[in-house]
Amino acid sequence: MPIYNKKTLSRLLNGELSWKELKPIIGGKKDPERFDMVLEILQEKVPWNETILIPLHEHLFVVSKDNKRIVKCECGYEFGDYKENWKKKCRIRVRDTEDDIGDLYPKYMGCDPEWEELREFYCPSCFTLLDTETVPPGYPVIFNFLPDIDTFYEKWLGKDAPDR
Amino acid sequence: MNTKPIGWEKSSLNEMLQKSEKLIEDTGRYYGLEKLSLKKDNPFRYERAYASLRGALVTARETALHIAASPIVKEIGELCFALYTPEGDSLVVSTGILVHVHTMSEAIKFMIREDYEQDPGINPGDIFLNNDPQTGNVHTTDVQTLIPIFWDDELIGWAGGVTHQVDAGGITPGHDLVAAIQRFDDGMYYTCRKIGSNDAIWKDHMINARRSVRTPLYWELDEKCRLAGNLMIRDAVLEFIKQEGIDYYKKFIREAIEEGRLILQKRVKERLIPGRYRAAAFFDLPLKEEAWQPRAKVNKLTNEPLEIYVKEDGTLSLDFEGCSGPGPNPMNCGIGAMEGGQWVLLTQVLIYGDKVNDGAYFGVQKNYPLGSWCNPGDPYLSYQSPWGNLIPAYTAMMKCISYGLFSRGYREEVIPGYGFTGDAIQGGGIYSSGPLEGDRWALSTFEISGQGLGASAVRDGLDWGYAMWNPESDLGDVETWELFQGGIPYLSRKIKPNTAGHGKYRGGANYAGVAMIANSEDVDFFGARDGLVFHGAGGMHGGYPHSTGYRLIAKNTNMKDIIDKQEEYPIEDADPSNGQFEKLLQADITRKPWASIYPVMLENYDMVHFAMSGGPGYGDPLERKLESVKKDLDEGIYTPDLVFNIYGVVADYDHNKGEWFINQEATEERKKEIRKERKEKSMSFDEFFEYEKSKLTKSELSAPVKLMYSESLGLSEKWRKEFIEFWNLPENFQMEGK
Ligand SMILES: [Zn+2]
Repeated sequence: MPIYNKKTLSRLLNGELSWKELKPIIGGKKDPERFDMVLEILQEKVPWNETILIPLHEHLFVVSKDNKRIVKCECGYEFGDYKENWKKKCRIRVRDTEDDIGDLYPKYMGCDPEWEELREFYCPSCFTLLDTETVPPGYPVIFNFLPDIDTFYEKWLGKDAPDR
Repeated sequence: MNTKPIGWEKSSLNEMLQKSEKLIEDTGRYYGLEKLSLKKDNPFRYERAYASLRGALVTARETALHIAASPIVKEIGELCFALYTPEGDSLVVSTGILVHVHTMSEAIKFMIREDYEQDPGINPGDIFLNNDPQTGNVHTTDVQTLIPIFWDDELIGWAGGVTHQVDAGGITPGHDLVAAIQRFDDGMYYTCRKIGSNDAIWKDHMINARRSVRTPLYWELDEKCRLAGNLMIRDAVLEFIKQEGIDYYKKFIREAIEEGRLILQKRVKERLIPGRYRAAAFFDLPLKEEAWQPRAKVNKLTNEPLEIYVKEDGTLSLDFEGCSGPGPNPMNCGIGAMEGGQWVLLTQVLIYGDKVNDGAYFGVQKNYPLGSWCNPGDPYLSYQSPWGNLIPAYTAMMKCISYGLFSRGYREEVIPGYGFTGDAIQGGGIYSSGPLEGDRWALSTFEISGQGLGASAVRDGLDWGYAMWNPESDLGDVETWELFQGGIPYLSRKIKPNTAGHGKYRGGANYAGVAMIANSEDVDFFGARDGLVFHGAGGMHGGYPHSTGYRLIAKNTNMKDIIDKQEEYPIEDADPSNGQFEKLLQADITRKPWASIYPVMLENYDMVHFAMSGGPGYGDPLERKLESVKKDLDEGIYTPDLVFNIYGVVADYDHNKGEWFINQEATEERKKEIRKERKEKSMSFDEFFEYEKSKLTKSELSAPVKLMYSESLGLSEKWRKEFIEFWNLPENFQMEGK
């Protein structure tokens, strides 16, 4: 049974655990405290003070700010209401030519732009690549995940969300 | 005609099924069980009971596979067994190709609803065979044997076994045909047929079956393998009842399934977050140039959107609203296949290790829209290779569940998807000399069980080691495949560069093979894989999808000369734009940007290249650790040009040491340059909106994209509404597609 202390979990989040350490974590029973401990680690890591409600992404968090729930990047950029798709605030690069796709994939090994394009969504502040979409041209932007925050805290964790 | 019902308490099987379904509908719990009283009263007896049945099923599989002759079954274990309730709900399963556990459940229910109890009758010792996707199966290639289990006069359950055939007698040789476009091309259809009694397969059936497929020996021995496994299971169940009593058994089978259902709910609450999840996958089937049949000459792009709700009570709902339509191609998918694919993945990501059974099936609500590719409602279409749509579609489920796992903190469990189980090269020929002269060989390498798995949020994906349909995937040994398909020996098997999806953590990588036709005549060859679009729902959190497949064949080669002179020949296609084939061979070389092809005829010394699939990546590639990039270069996973473009890493090869060295300073610079390029080449959402919308309104779309939109918009009012709202299009917006 692995020991889920803060140090182990920090190393897990940083991708520092060896396979020998990771395997029992994947194979074993899950630690029910994981969510709270990860939240604590992430809260210490981010360079701002708003309370994290849900870690949404490697770099994005649903946080509480002035009684509103917004999506915020690790770099500090605020994407607004978490019920809106944060991708609509991103800078977007559309790779829809053979040349642009050819920068990433060898000939024959990428998509045909007549059939599919590759979209890159960047944070407008730190320009981290936050998401890619490989979709036919004209496809609506996909809203990946809309968490039901209050049900999660109240019904599943048996406590109020930190901002309630 | 039976006068006495074979169900419990003098009811018919159909009445039992209706009662069971009503109890679930009314209470939400399997058989309306409010508590697990056997487990509560004596947990040791209960767990021992489960373990003994589970052990019996695993033993049956391990023993039975030695009866089979087909290398797919024998070598890599493409078979599985399950034990069902009288109503057809699985309670215990073996190991193996678990995708079929729920498909057999649908087949049993079909027989019950069709009142097989009256006609043709269900008696002790009867044997039933099914391979019809419309009555609970994936495709004709997967063949199921089902036997009833009786205690006194009552039917107390069913044993079922499935094997994957090398050939099912379809329009061309093979197990996943590309050229099948209607039911009549799919091969032999056994729609829940009684094929034996008194534990023996009828002679007339076997004569018919042997004459209906190209590999009669494999077919016959596989039938015996499945029957033997089923008989072992029946013996074990009867022994179990002698030990534990029939009353215990009857209660136990209900409880084991309800526990399975509760486990799914518990796991969902333990690992996910309630809310709405969305992803979309795609698959290409460009048959315009490939198809022989005029009606099949269509370039088809399949839309496979998925919306999942994780609900307050820990149940899931899966909605495939928006899926595009079926077509004159083999990749239409019946509900049995959809259920099977879903179930096998849920057992891998949420309910592994405990009571793996149909309980998980009852914990998931689903919508497969009628008329779409995932529920065409037309038995006369071809369902010969539904995998083409099914495999990519369920990457969307994996991605959705991974968003939840990530947010909950279980980053080690994240898997955004997996490689397509291709390149499924197939075909066959006849030995032209030697001891096997005149015998037929079938090409059906199942090394497709070794694909790249997606990266997790904490480490790289598994290389060449995953198949979505078999949790125990194993790519087998080249030597074994060669034994069975001796007309196409391997010339090489080598890591193929740039197959792995890019990311902070890269997807699993893969290899490619080169093979040559030898000592044969009358050789057919074809294959199936993604080619013009990325397979599945792509990478996650900034990771990229793995690369697509393509087709490379060399005909009329000078390989005989090369071999005679002991000269160099191509063993890879590392850089498709500057290929070894072109450099080292005199030949007619065909390269197609798509990978799914109709059969072509090959001659001795013709050569084929076939690449396995990588897995999707996770996270921004600029965040990948430099030592990991160095390792990728050293191992040939990526080439330096792409590492420069995507990871921003500048590296030099030290010929003396035989390894790559990263130039730290130049790398820093290059990463800055990439960030600058991201700024310069990107647009705001408003600009993006106008740019993309104009593609729709100016009708700049290609025929397959138009066809896809016209089908999805026509089939789903919900999808149409969102589409129109998203792009702010007029209410009467139409897209013409053909
Ligand atoms: Zn940022």
